[in-house]
Amino acid sequence: MPRCAIELKHIVKRFGEVVANDGIDLQVNYGEILCLLGENGSGKTTLMNMLAGIYQPDEGEILKEGKPISIHSPKDSYAYGIGMIHQHYKLVDVFTAAQNIMLGLDIRKMDVDGINRKVKEICDRYGFDVDPKMKVYDMSVSQKQTLEIIKQLYRGAEILILDEPTAVLTPQETQKLFKVLRNMKDDGKAIVLITHKLAEVMEVSDKVAILRKGRYITTVNTSETSPQQLTNYMVGHAVTLNLRRPKYDNPTDKMVVEHLTCLDREGMKRLDDVCFTLKRGEILGVAGISGSGQRQLLEALTGLYPVSGGTIRFIEDDGEQVELVGKTPMQIRQLGVSMGFVPEDRLGMGLVGSMGMSGNMMLRSWRQGSGIFFNKKSPEALAQKIWKDLDVVTPSTKFPVRRMSGGNIQKVLVGREIASKPPVLLTAYAVRGLDINTSYAIYNLLTEQKMAGAAVMYVGEELDVLLELCDRILVLCAGKVSGIVDARSATKEEIGLLMTTVGGGKEGAV
Amino acid sequence: MSDGVKTPLVRLAKRDEMKSSMVWAIRIGSILFAFLLGTIPILMAGENPFVSYGIIINGALGKPGYIRQTVKRAIPLLGCALAIAPCFKMRFWNIGAEGQITMGAIFASFVAITWGKLLPSPLLLLLMAAFGIVGGAVWALVPGFFKAKYNTNETLFTLMMNYIAIGIARWLQGGPWEGRPGTQLIPMFPEAARLPNVFGVYCGWIIVLVMVVLVHIYMNFTKHGYEVAVIGDSINTARYAGMNVGWVMMRTMLFSGAISGMVGFLLVSGANGTLNSDVAGGVGFTAITVAWLGQLNSFAMIAIAAMLAIIGKGSATLQTRLSVPASVADIVSGTLLFCMLGCEFFINYKLIFRTRKEVQA
Repeated sequence: MPRCAIELKHIVKRFGEVVANDGIDLQVNYGEILCLLGENGSGKTTLMNMLAGIYQPDEGEILKEGKPISIHSPKDSYAYGIGMIHQHYKLVDVFTAAQNIMLGLDIRKMDVDGINRKVKEICDRYGFDVDPKMKVYDMSVSQKQTLEIIKQLYRGAEILILDEPTAVLTPQETQKLFKVLRNMKDDGKAIVLITHKLAEVMEVSDKVAILRKGRYITTVNTSETSPQQLTNYMVGHAVTLNLRRPKYDNPTDKMVVEHLTCLDREGMKRLDDVCFTLKRGEILGVAGISGSGQRQLLEALTGLYPVSGGTIRFIEDDGEQVELVGKTPMQIRQLGVSMGFVPEDRLGMGLVGSMGMSGNMMLRSWRQGSGIFFNKKSPEALAQKIWKDLDVVTPSTKFPVRRMSGGNIQKVLVGREIASKPPVLLTAYAVRGLDINTSYAIYNLLTEQKMAGAAVMYVGEELDVLLELCDRILVLCAGKVSGIVDARSATKEEIGLLMTTVGGGKEGAV
Repeated sequence: MSDGVKTPLVRLAKRDEMKSSMVWAIRIGSILFAFLLGTIPILMAGENPFVSYGIIINGALGKPGYIRQTVKRAIPLLGCALAIAPCFKMRFWNIGAEGQITMGAIFASFVAITWGKLLPSPLLLLLMAAFGIVGGAVWALVPGFFKAKYNTNETLFTLMMNYIAIGIARWLQGGPWEGRPGTQLIPMFPEAARLPNVFGVYCGWIIVLVMVVLVHIYMNFTKHGYEVAVIGDSINTARYAGMNVGWVMMRTMLFSGAISGMVGFLLVSGANGTLNSDVAGGVGFTAITVAWLGQLNSFAMIAIAAMLAIIGKGSATLQTRLSVPASVADIVSGTLLFCMLGCEFFINYKLIFRTRKEVQA
C-alpha cells in the first residue's frame, strides 16, 4: 500500500463569479507518478497553484501525510516539501545554475563548493546533466527545465509538480525527462504531472486523475484504462445545441496551405508541416488543446508570424493565385484576409482598450483618404450600426471598450471584422466568455458569412460547438495536423483522441 | 479553511466606473492635500504656512513685472511638455527632452554666432528656428532609431543623450565659442538674433500657445496621432492593424525632438540671449511632470505649466522675504506629482477594510 503524500479534500477556488475548482478531491502518493488530465480551463493549474502557495483555497482542506496543513506562500510550500515546476520558468537569466539554485534560500555563507557538490550529487542520483557554472541565458529550454527540477530537489522537495513539462521539449528530451521522473519515483518521491497528451499519460503515469470544467471526475489506474476511456472522461457526453448549419452549393478552394512550418524564437517548431485547404462557403473548425499552434497558424496566415517553410496560396475570384508568404500584414489585409482574433486578454490584439467603439472601427479604415486627417464619419456610422445590430451594451460609441463587459468587447471585435465582409474570415475563440445568447448571435453571423460565400476559419474550444457549427474540423496537436474530419459525421470522442495524439497516431506518438 | 487563513486588514478591489464629478473631486482634493503636505517644510522652517503661500502667490502674480517673470518660466515648461506628450502617449519614455532642448539651442546659436551680423533679423530668426528644430529632432531620432531597430531601452538611451548634449554645450562655451578668453561664457547674441517682446515678454509665449493648438490637432485628429494612440495602447493591435510600429516610433520621436529643439531656440533667442550649458536647466525633467499631470492633454498642460511656474517664481520671492528656502517649490511640485498620480490609484481601486463579520466567517 503506497504511502499518501498529499490529500486534497473538497477544494473550492473561485475567481469572482468563475468557479475554477469546484469541490475537488485528490490523493497523491509517494513512489507514484500521478497525471492530472483535463481540457483547457478544467482547473488543473489552479489546483496545483494552491499546493505551490500561489493561491489559497476558498474552501476545503489540504492534508500532508494525514495532517491538515495551510499553505500561504511559496515559502510554506517549500517547507512542506512541495516543489512546483511552472510552465514559465522562474529563473534569473544572467545567473549561473548554482546561483539560481541558491536564490531565495536562507544561506548565510556563500558556500559555492558545497552547493556545487550537492548539485552534482543530485545529478548523479537521478541522471541529470547540468553544469552548475553555466549561465541560464546559455541554456536550452530543456536544460532550464532540468535546472528548475534540480532547484526543487535541492530544497528538499518530496512532492514534485510539473505543469506541462513536455510542451516545450523535443521527443528525445521528453524521453530523458521521463527517465529522470521514473528514477525519482523509484526514490520514493511523489510526482504530479499536468498534461493533456494521452500518449505520455499512458507511458509514464501510474494513476490518472481527470478534471472537467473545474470538477473532479475520477481517478483511474493507468494499467486499467485506455486512451479512449480517458478521452471520454475528459470531454464528457456530447450535448446537442441545435445550431443551424446550411450547406453552401459548390464550395471552391480559397486558400491552399502546404507544408507550413513556423519556428519560434527558441527555434521550437510551433507549426510543423501543416497542410489544408480552406474553401469558400464553409466553416473550417480548428480544434486542439490550447498552445497546439492555433494562434501561430492564424498569425502566419495573416502575415504576423514569421514563416520558415511552406506556402500559403490565396485564390482570387478570377482564379488567380497569390502567394501570401513574404507579404506584409497590410498587403494580406488588402487582399481581404481578415482576422478576428480574441486572445486570452481580449484587448491584446485587435482592439484599442482606451478608445471607444468608433475609435476601434477606425482601426480598419484609418488610412483611407488622402491628407493628414482621418475620416471620423464612416467609422462612427459603422459603430452606430454595430451598436444597434448586435445590442452592444455601452453608454455611447465614445465609451472606452476596456470598460465594457467581455461579451460586449467581443461583439465589437467580431462585428467589425464581419462588417468589412472579408472573403476570408479567421476567428479564434470568438465566443470565449460570452453568454449563450450572444454566442448564438455570433454563430449566426459566421454562418451568414459562410452562406454569402466567405471562407471562414473558426478556432474554438468547445467541441460541441465545433461539431455543430463547422463543415469540417482540422485538429492540431503539438503544431501538427493530426486529422481533418467531416464535422457532420465525426464524434466528440474521435476528435478528443486526435487532439491528444501527435500526428494522428500515424507517425508514432511521442 | 482552518484557523490559518487570515483576511488582510485592507484589501484592494478594482472599482467600477466612477462618476466624472467624483473623479474630479478626488483630483482637486489631491491637489489640496499636496499643498497641505507642503506646509510641513514651511512649518519646519519656522514660518506661517498661510503667510508663506500668500507670499508665493503675490511674488508670482502681484505685479506686472512678476507676472512677466512667471510667464517666462512657464514658456519652456509648456513647450517641452508638448514635446514629451506624444512620446508618452505612445508609452515611449523619452526623458531626453533636456538634451534635445540643449541640442536645439546649440544649433540655433550656431546660426546666431555665424551669421548674426550678416542677415536681417526676420531671416536670421527663421533660420535659427529651423536649425533649432533640426538639432532637437536629430538628437531625438537617434534613440528612436535604436528603439525601432534593436529594441534598446529608450529611457536609458535618452537619458544618456542628455549628458552628451550638455557636454557639447559646455565644450563650446569654454572653447570655440568662448567670448573673452577665460570667461567661460559665450557673448550675448546681436540684437538681430533676439526675439521681439510682446506685452513685455519675448514672443515665445505666442509661439507656444499656437503649438498647444497644433499638438492638440495632431494628436486628436490626424492619422499620425491615431497611430500613436493605438501603439500606446497595444503594440500587437497596432501591428495587426498594419501599422509600421518602428517607423511610427521614429517619426514621433522626430516630431517630439523638433518641438524640444524649438524650445531650445526660444530659450537662447528669447529668454537668455545667449547659449550656456545650463540652457535647459531641468526644464526637460519638470516638463515630464507637466505632461503627466495634464494627462497628456495639451490644454490642461497650460494650467499645470502655469501652476508650476507660479510656485517656482513665488518660492524665489519667498526665499528673499522669509527664512524659507526656495527649494520648497521643488518639494511642493514633488508632492503635487505624487498626490495627483497617487489619486489615480484611488480612482481605479477601492480599499476594503476587514470587517468583524468577515473575520468570523
